[in-house]
Amino acid sequence: MIILETKELAKSFRVRGRLVEAVKGVTMSVQAGEIFGFLGPNGAGKTTTMRMLTTLLKPSSGQATIAGIDLFTNSRQVREKIGYVSQDGGAEGASTARENLILQGRFYGLSLPDAVVRAKELLAALDLEQIADRPSSSYSGGQRRRLDLALGMVHKPKLLLLDEPTAALDPQSRAWLWTEVRRLNAEGTTVFMTTHYLDEADALCQRLAIIDDGRIVVEGTPDALKRQIVGDTITLGLQFQPETGQQVQALLQEQSYIHSLEYDEQAIRLVVDRGAEALPKILRLIDDANVQVQTVELSRPSLDDVFLKQTGRSLRESAN
Amino acid sequence: MQSLRDTWLLFKHYFTMTMRNPVMVIVGLFQPIVQLLLFAPLLEPIANTEGFPEGGAIGVFTPGLLVMLGITGALFVVFGFIAELRAGVLERMRVTPLSRLALVLGRLLRDVVMLLLQAAVLVGVAWLMGLRADPAGVALSMLIVVLLGLLVSSCSYAVALILQDENAVASVLNFLILPILLLSGITLPLTLAPNWIQNVAGVNPFAYAVDASRALFIGQFSNPAVWQGFVVMGVLAFLGVFWAVRSFRQGVA
Repeated sequence: MIILETKELAKSFRVRGRLVEAVKGVTMSVQAGEIFGFLGPNGAGKTTTMRMLTTLLKPSSGQATIAGIDLFTNSRQVREKIGYVSQDGGAEGASTARENLILQGRFYGLSLPDAVVRAKELLAALDLEQIADRPSSSYSGGQRRRLDLALGMVHKPKLLLLDEPTAALDPQSRAWLWTEVRRLNAEGTTVFMTTHYLDEADALCQRLAIIDDGRIVVEGTPDALKRQIVGDTITLGLQFQPETGQQVQALLQEQSYIHSLEYDEQAIRLVVDRGAEALPKILRLIDDANVQVQTVELSRPSLDDVFLKQTGRSLRESAN
Repeated sequence: MQSLRDTWLLFKHYFTMTMRNPVMVIVGLFQPIVQLLLFAPLLEPIANTEGFPEGGAIGVFTPGLLVMLGITGALFVVFGFIAELRAGVLERMRVTPLSRLALVLGRLLRDVVMLLLQAAVLVGVAWLMGLRADPAGVALSMLIVVLLGLLVSSCSYAVALILQDENAVASVLNFLILPILLLSGITLPLTLAPNWIQNVAGVNPFAYAVDASRALFIGQFSNPAVWQGFVVMGVLAFLGVFWAVRSFRQGVA
């Protein structure tokens, strides 16, 4: 079942008389029950897309539905179905976690006693009981994030939208959040999240779309996307003599599983099919020629390679 | 129905928050009370001059201070609001099914109630200093204060949503407030002013609020200034609220 679907969703702004196309056309569908990642560098259109999906922004053109309900003609009904945690979180700093949660429950139409019960449940589930009655402005970054997530979950939404949930979090809180997102997902919540961290998308998301310059460049499971990248990379560190590079190149030239070979003063880099099988063969050949191998590194394709292939740029560079 | 429930919910929330930290409300009262204590006595000698309105120094000065309270209240409203925008609080609320109208009305109601509390304290202090105004007139002038509060608060929110920056908003307000206050005849009545100033003040809506309140304080209910004040403030308050509601609907960057 599709829970979120967009067709050619686009948004342009007028900035000082100039038309800026922030999102040029996003078409995607998210299945109920999955963790869907929306990956891209800063400025690619992730946040603008998120703001349209959360009813905060009307699109310039295109359509979107959530649980079959049109986002822009029935915004109110959509708001009941979705939970949203923005980058800022949006908890009231002067109020305690408990007060924030009770009020949020009331916003979703819960009666006061029901909202009190629900706040208590969430405080326990997210391990906030100890600090529940302190003003949330006094919380650490990780505690604050837990409250933000609790606020998004008050009404047990079918679809939870997270905007850069781990940006600026310490590693421990980040690991905690990953676990929590997996737990919510296991309990039946569909999660749609934006991120510009490759490892996060890889570790957490069952499917993802890569957005660049306002358009989705590719969509699929992390593994399927990585499989589009031909071959694994083997890097050999050698005891170099002036002629070593050429010598090895001659040795390996005829092996059909090697796609490419390049070398410099320190290392030889090979792109090969099935790296794990190719590596022993290559080592044997080089050993027979009496060239000393000092280090060996085998790397599987990463999402960065996928991004590089699709856009011609590295995501790490774009993100900075 | 939902709008009413949500407005009440948000009003209670904002009211509790303000009462928990009422510094701004007290600071806002400080200036008019100082004016009352230190400036009103200076008016005594000229209260008998020709052209000074009826009602005596304090009877003329207090209604003006009520209007000043309403105008300067904008500053305090806006600073809290921008901090809230920054923290993403409003954005979080806008993703919930809360009535869009209530998002504005809940705040405005809090602002108006705070303003009325401040106004009551101000009139109380004036009474202790010898103000003897028509009680029904004072009550009616509180209605002028309500309209004034709606106008000033809603315009402040709309401007804050456009500028989204405390410093920019403070500059705009500083730029506007002094001429508005002077051209409302709050400190010295405009009846003492040369013609050209009186003409300029004729287009200042707040001058109408001051004139209407002054007439009400001395019980002149049939004075044309009274209905004029209500009409000018009523129409502008309505337009202001309309502008604020529209700005809230359109979005928060």
